[in-house]
Amino acid sequence: MSIILDKVNYSYSEGTAYHVQALKDINLKIEDGEFIGIIGHTGSGKSTLIQHMNGLIKATSGGIYFNGQDIYDEDFSMKELRSRVGLVFQYPEHQLFETTIFDDVCFGPKNLGLDKKTVELRAFEALRNVGFPHELFYQPPFDLSGGQKRRVAIAGVLAMKPEVLILDEPTAGLDPAGRDEILGLISQMHKELGITIILVSHSMEDVAKYVDRIIVMNQGSVMYDGAPKDVFRQYKDLEAVGLAAPQVTYLMHELHAQGLPVDLDATTIEEAKRSILEVLK
Amino acid sequence: MIRDITIGQYYPADSPLHKLDPRVKLFATVIYVIALFCFKGIVGLALITGFLYAVIKISKVPFKFMTKGLKAIVVLVIITSVFNLFATPGDIVFWKWGSLQITDTGIINAVLMTIRLVYLILGTSLMTLTTTPNQLTNGLETALAPLNKFNVPVHSIAMMMSIALRFIPILIEETDKIMKAQMARGADFENGNMIQKAKAMVPLLVPLFVSAFRRAEDLAMAMEARCYNGGEGRTKMKPLKYESRDHKAYAIVIGFLVLVIIAANVVPFPQ
Repeated sequence: MSIILDKVNYSYSEGTAYHVQALKDINLKIEDGEFIGIIGHTGSGKSTLIQHMNGLIKATSGGIYFNGQDIYDEDFSMKELRSRVGLVFQYPEHQLFETTIFDDVCFGPKNLGLDKKTVELRAFEALRNVGFPHELFYQPPFDLSGGQKRRVAIAGVLAMKPEVLILDEPTAGLDPAGRDEILGLISQMHKELGITIILVSHSMEDVAKYVDRIIVMNQGSVMYDGAPKDVFRQYKDLEAVGLAAPQVTYLMHELHAQGLPVDLDATTIEEAKRSILEVLK
Repeated sequence: MIRDITIGQYYPADSPLHKLDPRVKLFATVIYVIALFCFKGIVGLALITGFLYAVIKISKVPFKFMTKGLKAIVVLVIITSVFNLFATPGDIVFWKWGSLQITDTGIINAVLMTIRLVYLILGTSLMTLTTTPNQLTNGLETALAPLNKFNVPVHSIAMMMSIALRFIPILIEETDKIMKAQMARGADFENGNMIQKAKAMVPLLVPLFVSAFRRAEDLAMAMEARCYNGGEGRTKMKPLKYESRDHKAYAIVIGFLVLVIIAANVVPFPQ
């Protein structure tokens, strides 16, 4: 089970003044069970890239293979692809439309043509998986708080039981508590449900703590692709393209420069703490 | 996809047409539409075609970009021409079935109507393509200023227009986004019969309306926060001023109308 992108190119409004080459020769392989962070500043092509992965945008050139099947084949079912690669857009709460929360979550599985019982079972399960309080199930979704709405929207995609879940800036516009809540929830889903997660963000801090692979996008191409430690080691280059390594990385480099032989590869506060205590012992 | 809607869109380029005063362009568009619906005969048609061709060339807007806007009216054009073709009585009847008939006048009318509609869209979209929405409403406000004396709220109308125009691309983008989000949840907007298609619109329209109202509220709030209180005593950062090229353009446009009228009276053939 994997998604392979082979030399994918994409450009908007070709042949006009608005022409933009959004993606340039993207080669990627996404394996089962990975937890990936895609990072890049605004306009680096990260949102365009993820929309290729479930066929919402068709590449101008290049091929995409899902489990070895070419998704641009005539007889390949896009609907099935979209049920197996779930995509949660930025500000997903804007897509809610039903009269009750439960009905809205049912929308996805209902579109898959499942029978009523299975649909409701899945909606129920999905809402439970995102930790949504049961007594609010039959309330209209428009009265909820931002963070709650986002949970409902994520449940709406989760109810389709995707094998890969892509989330575009799931923490945008949330306060720190809401951010930790959503990220914790995602990481928990990765562990408990065993689904592949692709997390798009422009905040290294968010991503460093959870993912085990980082893809850095810059001007439509992949700049780095590797483990967080390896990527953050290039923090000088990241700064040059408008990104930053987690604050811990800076602290550790500063301490190292001052003569304290700490571990430069620490990316989270926990790791840093351990390393500093080790050295000071 | 939905991004390809070009009606009301601005195309940035460096051309004499872009630099023209918006009032001139508004006037020219009105004259062009008048000419388009009152010309007679092949010479008049040739004149209009020539004028349109020349203006498109001068504008530096790629023709391909303009024809995209035509796709939106294909259905309208087909319906109009079919009605004209089958429902016009005439001298020579080629085919008849009940009240449906194909006649010589019918064929001419159908062809003319198609040409007129296509030219209408091309000509008017050329104006919006070469004029920013701000310029356009600015021009409209100045041109209609005399109506203020008759208690017509010209400023409010212009402001509403500029806001509406400003929101077209935003709402299109929003539609595109919501459509994709629902497609990611398995929604199908393309297949199915009329009823299924209409039903499929609900998940698109509800969020779209919600967000449109939210945006409208935000905008109203932002305008009030900056002390907007209507047009009274409001000055402009860039007041419109005629230059010599604008006077020349006026002369050309009037000359064009005169030529079309002369052509209609001298060679009113074939109609």
